Amino acid sequence: MGLEDLSGSLVVIEGIRDASYDEIVNITLDSGEKRTGRIIELTEDFAVVQVFEGTQGISLTNTATELTGKPLMLPMSKEILGRTFDGIGRPADDLGPVYYDKLMDINGKPMNPVAREYPRSFIQTGISAIDGLATLIKGQKLPIFSGNGMPHDSLAVQIATQARIAEDSGQKFAIVFGAMGVSHDVANYFKTAFEQSGAINRSVMFINTSSDPVVERTLTPRCALTAAEYLAFECDMHVLVILTDITSYCEALREISSSKQEIPSRKGYPGYLYSDLASLYERAGMIEGSSGSVTQIPILTMPNDDITHPIPDLTGYITEGQIVLDRALSQKNIYPPVSVLPSLSRLMKDGIGEEYTTADHPEVSNQLFSAYAKVQDTRALASVIGEDELSDTDRLYMKFGQEFEKRFVGQGRYENRNIKQTMDIAWELLRILPRSELDRISPDLLDEKYEV
Amino acid sequence: MQSKSAVIYGINGPVVTVKNVPWLMMKEMVFVGNERLIGEVIAIHGEDTIIQVYEETSGLKVGEPVEGTSAPMSVSLGPGLIGNIFDGIERPLRDIKDMSGAFISRGLRPDAVDMSRKWEVKMTAKAGDAASPCGIIGEIAETAVITNKIMLPPDADGELIEVVPSGTYTCSDVLARMKRKNGEIAEIKAVSEWPIRTPRPSLKREPISLPLVTGQRVIDVLFPLAKGGAAAIPGGFGTGKTMTQHQLAKWSDADIIIYIGCGERGNEMTQVLEDFTGLTDPKTGESLMNRTMLIANTSNMPVAAREASIYTGVTIAEYYRDMGYHVAIMADSTSRWAEALREISGRLEEMPAEEGFPAYLPSRLSEFYERAGYVRCLNNTEGSVTLIGAVSPQGGDFSEPVTQNTKRFTRCFWGLDKSLAYARHYPAINWLTSYSEYVNDIAPWYAENVDKDFIPDRAEIMSILREESSLMDIVKLIGADVLPEDQKLTLEIARVIRVGFLQQNAYHAADTYVPLKKQYLMLKVILHLYDRCKHFVNDCAVPVSQISKSGIFDKVVKIKYDIDNENLDKFDDIFKQIDELEF
Repeated sequence: MGLEDLSGSLVVIEGIRDASYDEIVNITLDSGEKRTGRIIELTEDFAVVQVFEGTQGISLTNTATELTGKPLMLPMSKEILGRTFDGIGRPADDLGPVYYDKLMDINGKPMNPVAREYPRSFIQTGISAIDGLATLIKGQKLPIFSGNGMPHDSLAVQIATQARIAEDSGQKFAIVFGAMGVSHDVANYFKTAFEQSGAINRSVMFINTSSDPVVERTLTPRCALTAAEYLAFECDMHVLVILTDITSYCEALREISSSKQEIPSRKGYPGYLYSDLASLYERAGMIEGSSGSVTQIPILTMPNDDITHPIPDLTGYITEGQIVLDRALSQKNIYPPVSVLPSLSRLMKDGIGEEYTTADHPEVSNQLFSAYAKVQDTRALASVIGEDELSDTDRLYMKFGQEFEKRFVGQGRYENRNIKQTMDIAWELLRILPRSELDRISPDLLDEKYEV
Repeated sequence: MQSKSAVIYGINGPVVTVKNVPWLMMKEMVFVGNERLIGEVIAIHGEDTIIQVYEETSGLKVGEPVEGTSAPMSVSLGPGLIGNIFDGIERPLRDIKDMSGAFISRGLRPDAVDMSRKWEVKMTAKAGDAASPCGIIGEIAETAVITNKIMLPPDADGELIEVVPSGTYTCSDVLARMKRKNGEIAEIKAVSEWPIRTPRPSLKREPISLPLVTGQRVIDVLFPLAKGGAAAIPGGFGTGKTMTQHQLAKWSDADIIIYIGCGERGNEMTQVLEDFTGLTDPKTGESLMNRTMLIANTSNMPVAAREASIYTGVTIAEYYRDMGYHVAIMADSTSRWAEALREISGRLEEMPAEEGFPAYLPSRLSEFYERAGYVRCLNNTEGSVTLIGAVSPQGGDFSEPVTQNTKRFTRCFWGLDKSLAYARHYPAINWLTSYSEYVNDIAPWYAENVDKDFIPDRAEIMSILREESSLMDIVKLIGADVLPEDQKLTLEIARVIRVGFLQQNAYHAADTYVPLKKQYLMLKVILHLYDRCKHFVNDCAVPVSQISKSGIFDKVVKIKYDIDNENLDKFDDIFKQIDELEF
């Protein structure tokens, strides 16, 4: 087989026989160095191979190529817990290869909607802004929309270490961590944080740092999700998958797409960005007849804090809500700087209330949203006419807004509040406002809770 | 049908190329590879024939066979579709689950219509009857509420020479034989095939005159949709498109609902399945699943089948329309369908138009929306297909091509608004940007069936809301306190309309569906209150704050919860309380 053309990470090979689409090829250089690639376009005359490690050092004559006959498979066993792998699932610690009991295709297969179980159980993260207002549900995909320089990493660590499932049956809880194109510092931060909290023994890490090959980056989340599916559906564990940073993943897709000379759509990203992201996010969920679950928390940094950028935009359309971080809050030194109004959990409505959290939760969260929306209007008004000119009610709203941000949204990095505590704080704040303003709460509940 | 065979030349994602096969037709259905994956011919360039494959192509090899079927991509139409759930090319997902477990494997082709299931068939035609296009020859009780009518093909002619007696049959049994005028004998079964990209013919289009009553106040009163019409729901993520679609699917008064989950979330389809099975239809008292059919091609399922899914849905809708039913289709979301077009167009290296979408996007959209309509069917019954398409504009920006082109072909536009959704005002339909051109078409119906004042009252509500919006521009600058009292009153009444009328709680038993009668009474109460207050403010110089202290505004706002749908005479009390106001 002869190499014909080299550009970017792509190699065109002629005269290839019996190759199949999407199969993995092994490339051996004369120096003995081995590389891996994948067939991304195939015709009778030639195949286009994407080389994971890049094409530097490859010439038209110095390599031998060999077909493996398989798409990329990952060896899986329960032993992967506590291990660290590189971006395409090769061990990156000193513990040697995994003795597997199953080889799994990293692309997975679409989950049959009929076989899905609708997610309903509440996961307590111990963070009021999330538990109270954008509740995380077992089997959900709930991304964090952040920006560079905001504390999304510590928020993710806090969620991962504090997360408890309400009806915790002592079933094992695992964390799968996939890092795409993050700096070494960030990768280390997660590793150290998991070690310190003892979570490392129930974690699996797949790390592709920013200096690792770009092509591998597109496979990292797939490896992580394959491991998650194995642990959830073969070992009946509850798996929390943290993927960071989706933005680097999408940049990698764009880079590869343009080297394949594909027709770009918005901002140069490939037209299939939506389908591609969906093939990751949709791998969250629960299936009937299995007690495990895959819950995803992808983290993405919005370029220039722009929520309409294609990456957060398409993500928001696929995921079941989003937690948006706000730079202004972050600058006010409020942690976690969750921007309450655009944050949303779509599955929340079915996973809260008497059966799961507390009976007053739905009405209280509704009221907090609507009151805080009113705070924004009042602040806009105050910035025009001055705070002194505000009516008495408006002034109470200003006070409510401030206290709400400080006491409800804000909390310590190691502070773990249970849902009861979160609700108590919410009531304390609502009592700042006159009773007549609380139009989203039923009179009965107000009778019971409004007066202390 | 004789099938011929060719071999694969090239593979690029869902697009497969074969060379030198002049006998393949455009839009022909083909089987690709050893696993016989389903595909469709989408382009022929000289010696290259391009096929889009409806399943994942990983592992496919050059040189594997491609087999033609000499027939266009079709769906099976027969009893048993209602209550079932299919993927984009009409494969029943429950059967697929039985075959391959929780994850979908490739190359599975279970029958869309269960051919072995026994049905009680009541034949209504007899041998010797003339055969007419779409003529009804028998009936099957498909679900507790839907009677499936066995129809002759749309091109039927000649006469029936043999009809079986009523009894128990399966879909593979021949129920009648028809001798055509040209002497050909055709066998008629309960199941038939129809190509998805060809609209089923009808006698003529009837003018639109009936509303599709949805029980959602902002829709029924402000922006009503007509049976046989088309509506678009655009909205950024988190504005409640899916929620609105679910409410319409649950409560609208169509006979049959076809819900197409096109490139959306898997959990949403699971939710529809769970919810609808447990809910009862207010009209029939039966489970909603008895009138609902689902097509689920979620975002992680193959992209080409996503493109086909809306055609599959609309073809099945036309089939039930021909039986004389009013069918409503919810397509969630048409933007994902447009993106599927873009993705395939990109693989074909076609010249892109706006935002990378192919130049034929508008014509494809218009073809789809024009399949809506209120028609006289070939068998002289009347039926309708109503289309409700959700649009997911990129970045929530309504100026993007899919929203703009959809607007051109639908006459009803429910624009969802991010700021309303942020304040948890649901349904977040913005009353200033939305419109319905059907109001005049169905005004006579409202006058006759609800009240003659309904349409004028609607206009008054609209003008109050419009006035509020211009007043709010001032309030934003200088605060509400400096406004004259009559304008403060307008703001207060507008608040009552927004909170008490337009906001509707989908999770509240009495509020999730509201009959037209109650909607109208609520409207009437609010306007009556406005008149009374105007009198106090203008003639007696009573400040609005004083009226407000009486609690009457809050009382009216809470009507939606306080008066349930059965006890409408309680409205008399409210009217009385308003009349008795004194300051």
